[in-house]
Amino acid sequence: MAYSSEDLATMDSIIKRYPRSRSAIMPLLHFVQSRIGFVNGEGIELIAQLLTLEAAEVSAVATFYTQYKRTPVGEYHVGVCTNTLCAVMGGDAIFEGLKEHLGVENDGVTSDGKVSLEHIECNAACDYAPVVMANWEFYDNQTVESAKDLVDSMRSGNPKPPTRGPDTLVTWKEVSAVLAGINDGKANEGLQAGAPTLLGLKISKEGK
Amino acid sequence: MTKLVPVLSEHWDEKDSFTIEAYTRHGGYKASQKALAMDPDAVIQLVKDSGLRGRGGAGFPTGMKWGFIPQGDNKEHYLVVNADESEPGTCKDTPLMMANPHVLIEGCIIAAHAIRAKHAFIYIRGEVTHVVRRVNQAIEDAYKAGHLGKGIEIVLHVGAGAYICGEETALLDSLEGFRGQPRLRPPFPAIAGLYAMPTVVNNVESIASVPAIILNGAEWYQSMGTEKSKGTTLYSLSGHVKNPGQFEAPLGITLRELLELAGGIREGHRLKFWTPGGSSTPIFTDEHLDIPLDYEGVAAAGSMLGTKALQIFDETTSIIRAVLRWTEFYKHESCGKCTPCREGTWWLVQILRDLDAGIGTEEDLNKLLDICDNIAGRSFCALADGAVAPIISSLKYFRQEYLDQLANKGPLFDPMDSTLFVSAKAGA
Amino acid sequence: MTTTEIVDMITVVIDGFEVSVPKGTLVIRAAEQLGIQIPRFCDHPLLDPVGACRQCLVDIEINGRAFPKPQASCTIPVEPGMIVKTQLTSQVADKAQKGVMELLLINHPLDCPVCDKGGECPLQNQAMSNGQGQTRFEGVKRRFEKPINISSQVLLDRERCVLCARCTRFSDQIASDPFITLNERGALQQVGIYEKQPFKSYFSGNTVQICPVGALTGASYRFRARPFDLVSTPSACEHCASGCDMRTDVRRGKTLRRLAGDDASVNEEWNCDKGRWAFKYVTAIDRLTHPLVRNDAGDLVQASWPEALSAAAKGLKENRSAVLVGGRATYEDAYGYSKFARIALGTNDIDFRSRISSDEEREFLAARVVGSTTTYRDIDRADHVLLVGFEPEEESPIVFLRINKQFRKRALKVTAVASKLSIGVDKLKGQFVKVAPGQEAAAIAAQTLSAQSIILVGERASESAGALTAVAALADSTGAKIAWIPRRAGERGAIEAGAIGNLLPGGRPVADAAARVDIAALWGISVLPSQIGRSSDEIFAAVNSGAIGALLVGGVDPLDGINSQAALSALDTAFVVCLEIAPSEVTMRADVVLPVAAITEKSGSFLNWEGRARSFDAAVADSLNRSDLRILSMIAEEMSAPLKLSTVSAAAKEIASLGPWEGARASMKAVNAEKAPTLSGDQFILNSWRRLLDLGTLQKGEENLAGTARQTIAVISPKRAQAMGVADGDLLKISSALGSVTLSALVEDIHDDAVWAPRNSQGSQLLINLGVGHGAVVSVVKI
Repeated sequence: MAYSSEDLATMDSIIKRYPRSRSAIMPLLHFVQSRIGFVNGEGIELIAQLLTLEAAEVSAVATFYTQYKRTPVGEYHVGVCTNTLCAVMGGDAIFEGLKEHLGVENDGVTSDGKVSLEHIECNAACDYAPVVMANWEFYDNQTVESAKDLVDSMRSGNPKPPTRGPDTLVTWKEVSAVLAGINDGKANEGLQAGAPTLLGLKISKEGK
Repeated sequence: MTKLVPVLSEHWDEKDSFTIEAYTRHGGYKASQKALAMDPDAVIQLVKDSGLRGRGGAGFPTGMKWGFIPQGDNKEHYLVVNADESEPGTCKDTPLMMANPHVLIEGCIIAAHAIRAKHAFIYIRGEVTHVVRRVNQAIEDAYKAGHLGKGIEIVLHVGAGAYICGEETALLDSLEGFRGQPRLRPPFPAIAGLYAMPTVVNNVESIASVPAIILNGAEWYQSMGTEKSKGTTLYSLSGHVKNPGQFEAPLGITLRELLELAGGIREGHRLKFWTPGGSSTPIFTDEHLDIPLDYEGVAAAGSMLGTKALQIFDETTSIIRAVLRWTEFYKHESCGKCTPCREGTWWLVQILRDLDAGIGTEEDLNKLLDICDNIAGRSFCALADGAVAPIISSLKYFRQEYLDQLANKGPLFDPMDSTLFVSAKAGA
Repeated sequence: MTTTEIVDMITVVIDGFEVSVPKGTLVIRAAEQLGIQIPRFCDHPLLDPVGACRQCLVDIEINGRAFPKPQASCTIPVEPGMIVKTQLTSQVADKAQKGVMELLLINHPLDCPVCDKGGECPLQNQAMSNGQGQTRFEGVKRRFEKPINISSQVLLDRERCVLCARCTRFSDQIASDPFITLNERGALQQVGIYEKQPFKSYFSGNTVQICPVGALTGASYRFRARPFDLVSTPSACEHCASGCDMRTDVRRGKTLRRLAGDDASVNEEWNCDKGRWAFKYVTAIDRLTHPLVRNDAGDLVQASWPEALSAAAKGLKENRSAVLVGGRATYEDAYGYSKFARIALGTNDIDFRSRISSDEEREFLAARVVGSTTTYRDIDRADHVLLVGFEPEEESPIVFLRINKQFRKRALKVTAVASKLSIGVDKLKGQFVKVAPGQEAAAIAAQTLSAQSIILVGERASESAGALTAVAALADSTGAKIAWIPRRAGERGAIEAGAIGNLLPGGRPVADAAARVDIAALWGISVLPSQIGRSSDEIFAAVNSGAIGALLVGGVDPLDGINSQAALSALDTAFVVCLEIAPSEVTMRADVVLPVAAITEKSGSFLNWEGRARSFDAAVADSLNRSDLRILSMIAEEMSAPLKLSTVSAAAKEIASLGPWEGARASMKAVNAEKAPTLSGDQFILNSWRRLLDLGTLQKGEENLAGTARQTIAVISPKRAQAMGVADGDLLKISSALGSVTLSALVEDIHDDAVWAPRNSQGSQLLINLGVGHGAVVSVVKI
């Protein structure tokens, strides 16, 4: 059993957030990822048992959402936005560059298990294009070179911090716990906003 | 020249703007105090009078939506905030929640009071960890400060990567623990929404706009914007502009004005095409620079204000490549429920890949349009309508480029020319 | 009594024609009323509308306001002032439908020539009627691994699937078995199971039937036939008392498949997998082909029909004789046995209950069941369903579906008086009134019901003394209705036919002189025996004591009771005439064996638990085998006591002429519950029932079906398990004085005093292995 009694208590508290238990499927799947790194059969069966559902029902939900992974990803999961705007602005070149640099294809994991790579869809940071996400933290205004430096820093065990995010990049499992709704105490770290977010405000204050 | 009016964004430039201290320092939670002392119907009326319309894309009047909730029905009511910001080009709710999550919490308190809901849910897409942290912390702090927990509860729910969950009924299914596929309507959420109970689903920006309206009054809000599009809103400029970013302005500002504020198109280039409100809104060109960016103005010109996600592309960009990539996005995000969207996006991608490679004939363009006609308005929800919007509009404005590409039997553009790196080099 | 329901009617115009339909009717079905067929895939009248396939798009306007785009007619109810234009009158609708059809086909393989659905495929048919003939798709089709087994009996070909979600909605909404679901997303969306959990639903075959393409196929029928080679006959299911309407498809004298028929008042359009897929027993077993007669050397040898009939008549005439007829006889056959006993043998010694039974039950049947008019409709209207000695999902699956429908629709309250919480009751979120086996009576008495409630009593209630007495009392005190639901298809008919010692045909009590006169007059004889007949157990005892010398036995398995030793010894002792389709424990002991027609080879009817006639014709037209009724008539002729029932229709006509009994019903003596046994150490009280899929005779030869049977387990409570140090999967040995079974343990919600095991499953044939029934004390040890 990969889950401690503390884990089970946490899962119980997740279920209790909702008026109806089934609503807890998604945070529970994030929680499974925080413990296992991906959604495995044991996790699906455990959730089914906790929510008195059939495993098929849980699996149907898990396979619908792209953030739930069926196989292990890296300690740092890197997503390069290749939706139109980022792609045009350089995302395609960054993605190609990283594939070559890491020697992996889309959805691949480096042999040391440190970095996995995925091309992702628009991540709501278009004014910071091209955007790279690592463990779903923002790395804004990337270039092919900066992205290579970023993954190198991950592989050397000292990842660069996100542009807009906590002071240090936490691991995939740790992030998954945050997505399960567990407060990691890092909300107050990092910028309140990057320069593009503040551009209109700045111009307005300058009286234009 | 329309002036920028920062309301939502007013205090974003303070380092600690996201904390409850900063929010309270600037009068935060006074609006909810005021609203909670009002009759719920009076709150609804005030929001109706303000003219606030939904900022998630459709522009439905917010107060009217609240007014649809049956009163005295002895049922639980729910407020659900749609923070699943995923429409390509859209990037306003994310920085808003990052910089000032408390305005959203306060908006929830007011809205929940108005619709007689005890529970509110904030559904945030799963790919924005730091936003999740900020909102979670804000909820915690609001509980500690006593703003929550006294009749109104807020639960944060984090998505897991599915664009379709931005569709309100898909969002509700997802929140109930199902696959995020849209529901049949009617019944509409106001009658049978979350857990089949009366539910209001509002966009983040809509809800965040409410506290200022409560504090400053409907007339104040009414005084900004255009005849039917009131108030201020966040316009998000991205792409080939010199200075991309968020611009909060009264509704009705034009792209020409916004471009001027953003320093224009990047050096040495000119505008080719742009989206007024995300990739699902038909594209515009440099013919449309002076269209007032309000709900009516954009619609009259054949597109939609949508999320005011202004993605700007200059002349180095291949329209076919841009459209193909969006089409691939819609194929990836189609939920699979209905035939036209599921099968249609599968087919469209294959045709556009050929066209991008310069393979095909003019007849294929007509076929492409006919397939779009068989998809648009035939699918279960609006996703597929969005999927064909860039195709149809690009063929409207850039048919010749498609033909040229076919004549060329290959791409006409070097993708490197449109990257930021090239201009960085050029500028260096 | 009929109640007139006032229905609001709404008039709409479809393609220029007015039609009035009840409020709430969907446009697609209003169009059907006019004979306008709008193409569709996901739509199914018994499933919630989903609007997924978009094939049924039509143009709609309401009071002059037109919808801006075509609407899915399967999701929109009619409204006053609605004008609908289908593909017949709207170019927009026609183009929309053709467009959707083209899209549906782009990823559909062109394997119709090898697809089982070919020839009866809604996709194929509607592509012809509403498609455009040519595709413009030149791209790459979606590929999946060709059919995968999602259970031992259902295969899934994902390439053919059009994702209408009928199957997944059926499994969830109708069967409450959400073992198949939609998985993945977008163009990769596909039906599937959870990898470790096959589609083991008792109702899985319905998904094959409602699949509008060849995506779901039954393992037993795959590649066997083309629809146009099959001859279809309406039939009735012989497997249980639910009474499903069925269709039997035969090619060259061989049944190739059976499908659920459409009867809105009974099975709607569903059936269970046993009804659908257990039919090979007719051919799988070694059928008797010729009469057999025991010769002087004591060997059974082939004989001519005249020889055999003469031997049978002689033996029955020379002895005091009794009749045993199994619960699977048709109504007409049962009537034949009943009349034969009275006319040819001059006795009321007849009993159809070849199973565990009691005198309390026999009185209950005469007092409460014969002539009863409780129906499925009463379940639809009930405020509360009480289950006594009855597990609907296992013992009458369509009753389960009907309760489930009402549970899902309006949270119908269900209470089960039982020792173990069953899977089916759990699905119904039923209140589980937990009792020790044998102590049901007190729990029944404690129930609160109303006149709108219904008590569903299974045949197993007879195994708990006082239970049926308590049911009768509860019904009397509350006004609740009673429905007695046996397992076998022929039991209700046998009661109505008088194939039991205390009843004559038509519910006439044997003890009532006027009733006897009625029947004697009908049959044209002067007098009928007046003494209440013996029960099965009493008949066997009478043979063993010498009071009875001959038995006429039809369709009986002597191992089905707890007194099988007495039964076998009686069969060894008596002169036995046996009517059977195949060699059995009875035929090997018989003196005359007469082969009879199997169900597919004859016409007739069953009365289902409601008492509703389910008639059928011979599916196999050219069988030479004769029905029991015909053979009984021949023996009776030989005995110079003619039945005058030469054909099934003659019997049906005579039954119909009888009319209902207007006189007093037989009364019922109250029976007290037995005292609970005192248990010591490793002792438990046995609780068991037969599962739907088990070692039943009629499931012989159906390996695919057997593959979906539930696992054989022994269930004990958490408390006892803890005391014994037992965990799930440990082996438990259950022993009686006669023998033992060793089964894998499952710790579940069951009375602490009880151990549950299936009665007739692989490795657990309790009547044979233990020789004891419900309420018996057994020992259970961990090994």
